[in-house]
Amino acid sequence: MKKRLMIISCLVGAVLLVMPALRSAFALSDAYKDNIYDTGSLKPVDSALKVRIGEKAPDFRLQAVSGEKVSLSRYRGKKNVVISFVPAAWTPVCSDQWPGYNIVREMFDASDSILLGITVDNIPTLFSWTNQMGNLWFPVLSDFWPHGAVAKKYGVLRADGMAERVLFVIDKKGIIRYIDVHDINQRPSLEVLMGELEKLKQGK
Amino acid sequence: MVWGVILCGPAAGLAAGPPPVGGQLPDFTLGVPKDAAEKSYLGLSGSGAFKIPQIRAKTVVVEIFSMYCPYCQREAPNVNRLYEKIEADPALKGKIKLIGIGVGNSAFEVGVFHKRYGIPFPLFPDGDFVLHKLLGEVRTPYFIGVKIGPDGSHQLIHSRLGAFESVEKFLDEIVKASDLK
Repeated sequence: MKKRLMIISCLVGAVLLVMPALRSAFALSDAYKDNIYDTGSLKPVDSALKVRIGEKAPDFRLQAVSGEKVSLSRYRGKKNVVISFVPAAWTPVCSDQWPGYNIVREMFDASDSILLGITVDNIPTLFSWTNQMGNLWFPVLSDFWPHGAVAKKYGVLRADGMAERVLFVIDKKGIIRYIDVHDINQRPSLEVLMGELEKLKQGK
Repeated sequence: MVWGVILCGPAAGLAAGPPPVGGQLPDFTLGVPKDAAEKSYLGLSGSGAFKIPQIRAKTVVVEIFSMYCPYCQREAPNVNRLYEKIEADPALKGKIKLIGIGVGNSAFEVGVFHKRYGIPFPLFPDGDFVLHKLLGEVRTPYFIGVKIGPDGSHQLIHSRLGAFESVEKFLDEIVKASDLK
């Protein structure tokens, strides 16, 4: 009995000790101070894709934080498009994904690509949130109403109404060339994305 | 008891908080840079791993940063200016060295930061947040000053979160705490 008690107390102790390690290590920038809501660990993927590599990307038209309406088709024949859906404003991983993209504009330019950042948040929330990131060079679009309609069209709207953390690379012809429905709890590797853009550049 | 050992095990590498002034660095190594200029700056030779107190300096300033952190991006020119001020002062050049640790950053990502801001001092990746956990999961940018004794012992003389109030004031504090002037 004594032995069992010791095991139980050690188990409880271990859980308590390990818990801080599970706290998200993302969005550590002091820019956000205490304004990041810790979502805890979420189900890695919670949706079923409705588009595939090699298919034409469904068109959409969404309002950007800047006020303009941005459609995917406006880039047809002009630019490759990287779409970065992130789950929600003011959450750990999302808050430090776009600031990274913000300092590699040259890499997007080098492959004649534009980045579109999309969440299902409304414009005022996106305005406040992206203000903390500095001046973003790419449009940030709101897929708020009808709620998550574009995310749903692509099959990346989660059951809880957030979008997945997903990257789509769409070429100048509007064909989907790369999809990464990433574990929502993790930040996608910049190196992998840049490798995909390099492939487009080389016409692979 | 076997279970207890296994389950209690993972807690061993966790730090309770940021490294305190007067204390020591947690036990970790960094990879010796391949770049000859960086190696020479740090006074290291060969390849493999090294510990911060092995750097040839009286004091090492460690910046904990991330290429994804907007404040670190904004602070980068100031940290570069700190480096330049040290290098331009004969009384400090060679005595105070700077390094950066990119938490949650791969070697590629640290390289992006290096190139984007023209960082003149060596940066090291901590892709899996291993060092970050050992360093008390501090927010970024975070600056740690490590004073190194002639016998290779070391002590932390600075440990603070956030951007410099001013480059001059920061350097002044480091110089005083290092007994360099």
